[in-house]
Amino acid sequence: MSEFTIDVNEENFDSVVMKSDKPVLVDFWAEWCGPCKMLTPTIEALAEEYKDTSSIVKINVDDSPAIATKYGIRSIPSILLFNKGDVVEQRVGAVSKDELAGMLDKIIKG
Amino acid sequence: MHKVIIIGSGPAGLTAAIYAARANLKPLVFEGVQPGGQLTITTDVENYPGFPKGILGPELMDKFRKQAQEFGAETLFENVDKVDFSSKPFKLHVGDKEYEAESVIISTGASAKLLGLESESKLMGFGVSACATCDGFFFKEKDILVVGGGDSAMEEATYLTKFASSVTIVHRRDEFRASKIMQDRALNNPKISVMWNSEIVEMYGDPKDKGLESVDIRNLQSGEIVRHNTDGVFMAIGHKPNSDLFKNQLSLNESGYIITEADSTVTSKKGIFAAGDIQDFTYKQAITAAGSGCMAAIEAERFLEGH
Repeated sequence: MSEFTIDVNEENFDSVVMKSDKPVLVDFWAEWCGPCKMLTPTIEALAEEYKDTSSIVKINVDDSPAIATKYGIRSIPSILLFNKGDVVEQRVGAVSKDELAGMLDKIIKG
Repeated sequence: MHKVIIIGSGPAGLTAAIYAARANLKPLVFEGVQPGGQLTITTDVENYPGFPKGILGPELMDKFRKQAQEFGAETLFENVDKVDFSSKPFKLHVGDKEYEAESVIISTGASAKLLGLESESKLMGFGVSACATCDGFFFKEKDILVVGGGDSAMEEATYLTKFASSVTIVHRRDEFRASKIMQDRALNNPKISVMWNSEIVEMYGDPKDKGLESVDIRNLQSGEIVRHNTDGVFMAIGHKPNSDLFKNQLSLNESGYIITEADSTVTSKKGIFAAGDIQDFTYKQAITAAGSGCMAAIEAERFLEGH
């Protein structure tokens, strides 16, 4: 487990994601999802780089199916970017670190 | 300046990396948008020699990568955006970074073919999928369609019955080209039915709302178009080579595969080699891709020695 990403489930979703005053990037993943595993190093590098300005969290869809359903996740990896409790960006499938960083910068740097 | 840069990280690219690293060429591998390649979206690989009980695709590719790194290959989770092979050294662009190489091995593989509808790309990931093993989970108790008639369509349809309440295979012809054993497995499954002589001509749904909700299916014999409600469409109509990057730089055939000389990985440009599904329109197996990756590394080594 990375020291910079936070594991989120149905219990702490509200406090960690919805009520956060920083932008929150959520990575929906599962143990059986090959492409998700391939995205892991990207997410972890991003989490380290943005540890002061954002929260980078991971949600296991097997453990928290209700959250996946609520946000209409039908493919993983799926990345949702939350700002003040609202989904502001969404990406499905492979995505580069630069693209994710750009999404975060847009909020952080205004 | 790098001696060898490898683009792509499936069985071809990583085998090339193992051989090039062992030849002390210090290869740099750009893993691309799908690190590990197509095997990372399969489940069990049962025909790769050395694994009598089969092995999971992602696990096999992890082993390939570790073996390459063991001998000094550098692998980056980056995607090459642009190449310039017109003069030496060859140039590769990754974002705003430029890399130079004396030789390049291309192993960018293939990706799933789509129907080409605008609505299809809009709904990709929102009910439309090209990866049953990735997305099947989200279709529990749903009614879904699989498009195609080959082995991969049969495999996907059968796999998806683990989740879905019904799976309908939509196929353009009145018979499958899949192997007998795969057809039987699918057709004997009570959850699977088939719409013969049919094709999807339009998809409906809002990616920001419920995603895919229905599709128009045309009967190719009568011409009649009927709207069907569905929760998901899985594409299994074959693959196309990922060669867009190399248009106007290398000779491609009419289907987009990089043309290589007979029994070799040599392309139309000296110093550029191509291995795996990007140049193989016949076998397309992990083992043949690995074999041609090995050939590419040996040919690159000889090319560099001749300099």
